[in-house]
Amino acid sequence: MNSLVAFYRSTIGKKILMAVSGLIGIGFVILHMAGNLQVFIGQNKINSYGAMLHGPLAEVTWLLRLVLIVAVIVHVLMAYQLTQRSAAARPIDYQHRSPQVSTLASRTMKWGGILLLVFIVVHILHFTTEAIDPAGWRGMTDSQGHRDVYGNIVASFRIWWVALFYIVAMLALGLHLYHGAWASVRTLGFAKPSPHPLHRRIALVVAAIVWLGFTLVPVGVIAGIIR
Amino acid sequence: MNLTLHVWRQTGPDTNGTMERYEARDVSPDMSFLEMLDVVNEGLVEAGQMPIAFDHDCREGICGSCGMMINGVAHGPSKGTATCQLHMRTFEDGASVYIEPWRSRAFPVIKDLVVNRGALDRIIAAGGFISAQTGGAQDANNIPVAKQDSDDAMDAAACIGCGACVAACPNGSASLFTAAKISHLGALPQGQPERNRRAQRMVLQMDSEGFGHCTLYGECQEACPKEISIDTIARMNRDFVGSTVAAREEKALGGTG
Repeated sequence: MNSLVAFYRSTIGKKILMAVSGLIGIGFVILHMAGNLQVFIGQNKINSYGAMLHGPLAEVTWLLRLVLIVAVIVHVLMAYQLTQRSAAARPIDYQHRSPQVSTLASRTMKWGGILLLVFIVVHILHFTTEAIDPAGWRGMTDSQGHRDVYGNIVASFRIWWVALFYIVAMLALGLHLYHGAWASVRTLGFAKPSPHPLHRRIALVVAAIVWLGFTLVPVGVIAGIIR
Repeated sequence: MNLTLHVWRQTGPDTNGTMERYEARDVSPDMSFLEMLDVVNEGLVEAGQMPIAFDHDCREGICGSCGMMINGVAHGPSKGTATCQLHMRTFEDGASVYIEPWRSRAFPVIKDLVVNRGALDRIIAAGGFISAQTGGAQDANNIPVAKQDSDDAMDAAACIGCGACVAACPNGSASLFTAAKISHLGALPQGQPERNRRAQRMVLQMDSEGFGHCTLYGECQEACPKEISIDTIARMNRDFVGSTVAAREEKALGGTG
């Protein structure tokens, strides 16, 4: 059998594809979070940032989008295939099984991941295509003629259920990264041997920064800091 | 001390099993878990019932024969011990104890708590060996081995193949077992000639046995009576990627694959 086909069909090969696509996702969410935080500087800053991504940097944006779309498809497909395999690996389950060291984060990768997938779709429809428009902000522009991302953020997060959905989704993202940022590096074999391999300090920092950075925006709107 | 046992009873591979309740009376806290089962079995035999079947051999924690899920934990509550080394003093008087066999598609139940772990043997047969020189034995220390490498190899070689890693894994993965065997040989100079082929064949055999994948829950490491580290899994993955790359290079050079 062709070695690359064998690699793709193996559980380790699929896990490595998940790890690589997951790390691409982590890189993206960090960039995205940094971009979002410009909302604290002001309306002009974030709106012109948005205009830059869709104007002069449109080709780069599309290239990144393509990479991300492929990464998400690979990540979800591999997760689905591997979950199916593992479900078949224990046809008769234990009547009693008590987890000893596995974290809540590791045990919620599947359902948290599904929530995140739903979130990604809703979020793109909300802020990118504006097909979902809870605040009635579709097509609004600011005084510079840029699309009014800022106004949409403020108006949307003033609606309690929109803010709640985003805050819950970001909790799920934080948990997903707390396990994923640690596990992906170990799956790829980069992790150095450690007397405490279950400790995950770097993943904790990554997850906390990403969670906090994203959550600050809806919380900032609710608190009246962003208006 | 007295205990209430709930034990999985299954008369054969193709029959359905059930949890049965037994009272274990006058158990000494100094007994091992298997000795406690021996006493229960004597009572069952006297009463004309079938004794509870379970695997055991050395009873000193080195053979890897014994193993059962005790209150939902592989090998029971003591860390770094096989079931035979688990003592009854770790249980409270009057406690209920649930005893189930290892659950995995690759480990079919033979009877009661006895499962067929031949899948692990087939993973070893696929590549868990080194090429041996014929002729006289080499002098000791003829091949220098770095201290760290020898320590890593010895730590991985502690695996007794009991299957607790598979039993404890929420995915039913045999990654820790396979990784321990790959690491044990792959860390030493004697294991280098077959290193790529070993990783390739053992991983593919592991997959074909129907074990699940590794999500790094860490449950295997906690359950392992020999406390083998999940660091071995990182090494297995590196070797497996390495073997895929090497196979591509060989194909490019040889042209036949």
